[in-house]
Amino acid sequence: MTSLYQVLAPTGELTQDIEGRLDESVMIKMYENMVLVRLFDRKSINLQRQGRMGTYAPFEGQEASQVGSALALTPGDWLFPTYRDHAAAIVHGQSMARVFLYWMGHMEGSISPQGLNVMPPCVPIATQMIHAVGTAWASKLQNEQHVSLAYFGDGATSEGDFHEALNFAGVFKTPTIFFCQNNGYAISVPFSQQSASKTIAQRAAAYDIPGVRIDGNDVFAVWLTMKEAMERALNGEGPTLIEAITYRYGAHTTADDPKKYRDQEKLAEEWRTERDPIQRLRTFLVQRGLWSDAQEAQLVARANEQIDAALVEAESYPKSRPEDMFKHVYAEPTWMAEEQEGELVKPAKKEDIPA
Amino acid sequence: MIRKLTMIQAITEAMDQKLAEDSRVMLLGEDVGVNGGVFRATEDLIHKYGANRVVDTPLSEAGIIGAAIGMAMNGLIPIVEIQFLAFIYPGFEQIVSHAARMRYRTRGQYHVPMVIRTPYGAGIRGPELHSESVETFFAHVPGLKVVAPSTPYDAKGLLIAAIEDPDPVIFLEPTKLYRAFKEEVPEEMYRVPIGKAKVVREGTDISIFAWGAMLRVAEEAAKQLEREQGASCEVVDLRTIYPLDRDAIVASLKKTGRAVVVHEAHKTAGMGAEIISIINDEALIYLKAPVKRITGFDVPVPQFSIEDDYLPTPARVKSGIVETLTF
Repeated sequence: MTSLYQVLAPTGELTQDIEGRLDESVMIKMYENMVLVRLFDRKSINLQRQGRMGTYAPFEGQEASQVGSALALTPGDWLFPTYRDHAAAIVHGQSMARVFLYWMGHMEGSISPQGLNVMPPCVPIATQMIHAVGTAWASKLQNEQHVSLAYFGDGATSEGDFHEALNFAGVFKTPTIFFCQNNGYAISVPFSQQSASKTIAQRAAAYDIPGVRIDGNDVFAVWLTMKEAMERALNGEGPTLIEAITYRYGAHTTADDPKKYRDQEKLAEEWRTERDPIQRLRTFLVQRGLWSDAQEAQLVARANEQIDAALVEAESYPKSRPEDMFKHVYAEPTWMAEEQEGELVKPAKKEDIPA
Repeated sequence: MIRKLTMIQAITEAMDQKLAEDSRVMLLGEDVGVNGGVFRATEDLIHKYGANRVVDTPLSEAGIIGAAIGMAMNGLIPIVEIQFLAFIYPGFEQIVSHAARMRYRTRGQYHVPMVIRTPYGAGIRGPELHSESVETFFAHVPGLKVVAPSTPYDAKGLLIAAIEDPDPVIFLEPTKLYRAFKEEVPEEMYRVPIGKAKVVREGTDISIFAWGAMLRVAEEAAKQLEREQGASCEVVDLRTIYPLDRDAIVASLKKTGRAVVVHEAHKTAGMGAEIISIINDEALIYLKAPVKRITGFDVPVPQFSIEDDYLPTPARVKSGIVETLTF
């Protein structure tokens, strides 16, 4: 149960034959996306440091989990990210400009591209897992061939909503995929202190649903596991719990200092040099003759251009207007909101206040 | 022939007719299927509409409400039954952090057309935590609407309006009134608008604002006072707790110049305070006396041997009114 499903070893070697199961074009797409989102992540941290963005939750190290899983989806599948899963959101079609806007504190940062069902990043822990049961259940009842994918972390598995979601999904066999990125820490608390369970995947047994433990830094394993889970889901066989073992290289958020709770330098160095998701795929692609230094240079240049363009778009986005806060609370505004909006846009002038 | 229904029958009929009319409508809850609900509000509906539309769920309030949110976002109109209002707390986060905010967070792209029905209030000799009246919790959350009918007619019309509302509605059903009386309820579908109060008894000396099970208490007090002392009491059934019908409150107060609010919820931060605040904002100069609140006390709802003493009674309401009239 504690063994890991792995296809692409950290050395870049295949550990099993996947002939015919994964196109080379998909492999290249995986690589391009992973490089893009890593650059995006680093850019975001810089922007936060420069005061151009608010607190930001970085994901570097977890690219294979997010890119591999989101790349397996088809348009219209429902994606429920947490606040650390913007790589997945981007891969599923969310624009980088929107992600920037979200972290810049704009109201419009959570809008999904039309028809793609990228949900807003979920801030409360594990609550979105149940929504993914509901959307999947509705898809099933309405005979739509779509899955719902819920991301969550290892800490989320201690919440009641984790249990309620898995239990519901198991009972009603909803086409939901529960994708846990077990990066070892819930902010500062290590998984050993989070649960006496040896693994998260083993929890699936309690709900009589499949639970798979995979190398979350192996994008092939992630993608192949997702495809299998999707096939089962769309065949009416119900949900799957995937535990992807990974590691966040950096802090929980830009407001956190991981040196307080772990040997940050040593651990990050070990994961970076020994288990990095991007490095191993590049080694593989280069060995296969599918990737070259020239392509790498082109990719990085193109990715940086895209990120810069997204940043320009976000930073030139119309300034939020205070009255925007009164919009979309209800389909029709209440009298309270209408009146209070009046208070906001017409503040009392000093000369109006009697001495 | 005049057809009379109890409130529970009116509620069942509203759901039945919406289930028949709109294939997106479905029911979710604990024991709502085969058992027909702990109060039998969903009796037989599973046989009529099948287990895919009338769903016996696991015992899991966050699960029920959270799943209903997802369903509502993806094209369905779930009606959730929570067995008692105090059992809703495990699902509270789903209501306040998600159901109430989805439209806002997605700038109108996704919304949550769902109804959460739950019996509420004391007076039925229920065990602990079966008698709460915590409508304030929900009225404090922008994005939710809160409704509490006091008659079978309003229950049917308000529930149909709630099911058709594009936003989440907390639908509070006064447990004590489920089978307390019958009244004429039209067979056809009709709507009672959310956000509109109703003057149920005209008067000129004082306004009594109430809702849910307290409406009957207010009416009884008004009747007795009129008979005993010739006081002309106007009784206003708010029907919707959020958003409050400010115009109705102000119109009645301007007419009478005096008011009391009767609610069974605890006094502090109860909706009575909000009603008084509306009067202060809109009609202060019409007031001939301070507005009094006759409410449940600021104590946990006690066990049923003394629950009647916790609840406002016609006698307590009367003495509050007399105090206000003689201020």
